[in-house]
Amino acid sequence: MLHLQEAGFSYGGREILSGVNLDVAPGSFYFLTGPSGAGKTTFLRLCYQALMPTKGVVRILDRDVRGLHREDIAQIRRRIGVVHQDCQFVDHMNMEDNIRMPLQVSGRNTELDDRSFQDLISWVGLSAHMSALPPELSSGERQRAALARAVVMSPDLILADEPTGNLDWEMAQKILTLLIELNKMGKTVIVATHDLQLIRMAKSKVSTRVLRLANNKVQLAGVDL
Amino acid sequence: MNRLSALINNIRDLMQGDLTADSVVPPSGYTANLTTFTAGAMAFLAVFALALSLATGRLADRWSDELARTTTIRISAPEGQMQAQLDAVINVLNTTSGIESSSVMSDEAQRRLLEPWFGPDLPIETLPIPRLVEVIEKDSGPDMEGLRLRLSAEAPGAVLDDHTRWRRPLVNAAQRLRTLGTFSILLIMGATAAMITLAAQSALAANGQVISVLRLVGARDVYIARAFVRRFTVRALLGAAVGTGLGMVAMVFLPSAAEEGAFLTGLGFQGWHWLIPALIPPLAAIVAFWATRGAALRALARIS
Repeated sequence: MLHLQEAGFSYGGREILSGVNLDVAPGSFYFLTGPSGAGKTTFLRLCYQALMPTKGVVRILDRDVRGLHREDIAQIRRRIGVVHQDCQFVDHMNMEDNIRMPLQVSGRNTELDDRSFQDLISWVGLSAHMSALPPELSSGERQRAALARAVVMSPDLILADEPTGNLDWEMAQKILTLLIELNKMGKTVIVATHDLQLIRMAKSKVSTRVLRLANNKVQLAGVDL
Repeated sequence: MNRLSALINNIRDLMQGDLTADSVVPPSGYTANLTTFTAGAMAFLAVFALALSLATGRLADRWSDELARTTTIRISAPEGQMQAQLDAVINVLNTTSGIESSSVMSDEAQRRLLEPWFGPDLPIETLPIPRLVEVIEKDSGPDMEGLRLRLSAEAPGAVLDDHTRWRRPLVNAAQRLRTLGTFSILLIMGATAAMITLAAQSALAANGQVISVLRLVGARDVYIARAFVRRFTVRALLGAAVGTGLGMVAMVFLPSAAEEGAFLTGLGFQGWHWLIPALIPPLAAIVAFWATRGAALRALARIS
């Protein structure tokens, strides 16, 4: 699913990640933790080719990212669902159009029938908000909408960058529950978070691995979490 | 061949449009209105540049044709010899091949010719004014050098003027005006492309968040560019159509020049030339298409 070998990333002469070795098997659930500025977002951006490694090898969905054409990157992103802390929507389009956008840009809008779409929307609990504009939704609702958009293409890999960072504990639990359900459906999930309570809760419900980012390196965390 | 079919596909996609792709760009924005206005203003100017180019072209052709086929003989002689020399000139002309016709300018015609300078009451009969003979040549034309020699022998006071001396600079001036008109049209197209490029770049910068979201969900550059390209192309087409229409109306209401204003006669469109401005809106749309597409793809290439 995801293979990094001695991968590194530098920006402006500053090394942000170095010597990262990781093999993520399909269907696994990973947490990526570490202090702010440790490089969690950079790691995730490497995973969906918003950044290219300056060292080493990164293979995603069996494709070496080096030398990928922009069109290939667009194709790969259709198989990766990304959820950001700030969600990122097109503010003048309603939630339904925003959530359907991955289908639309890939020309597959007709592949998801209304029933399946309604199931997805009710799964994230947003049935009553489809005609609303993104700025009209609360942080929790926007986060769930972002999750719905991330999975609407039924991607192989889901990357979530601090998905609960702006949410209260109750809403954070809901988001985590949705991510766990996706993992149980066979999706590979990687969640970057510094919320150890969230990680502990997930570990009690699903088999997870925790990666810790420190000193530009990624290490597998022990059982001390 | 592949590039041609790709171009045809592009144009077909552009014409068909994609409502959802179009809707990702906010429906209004000053850049879109700026494009409409720019295209309209440029089309309006292009109509006049086109009219100038066509009219000066016609003028150059007309001067070139008409003056090339006419010659004037000016006879200056003492009072007692004037009629004899005039007869000699007519005789020479009648016996010269390549001459279609010749006519002596009447006193009345000469009076009209001099009226702007000397007034209507000029006693032309009492003044030692040269007599003028207008000669119309056949297509083959006479042997000018031979004619000149015969005239100097038969009528020493006759001077042959084939207009070459002042025809050439006039025709050159008209041709340069035509070139200037054509250059102005190219300049207008270039300026339109530059302004639409700037407007497109501004729109792309203002919609950075939209582009970022589209890239995130796997949109290809062409998909993103298409939404901007279609919007700017349609705006340019509409603006140019309005500008061309207004320009045509202005041309219709240009003051008509009478015979006295010979230079102005013919400025504007004539005959099928009225159809040529219809090319301006599609041309503006093509310019907008390539300008926006270039700007969009360049801008998108900088976004990860």
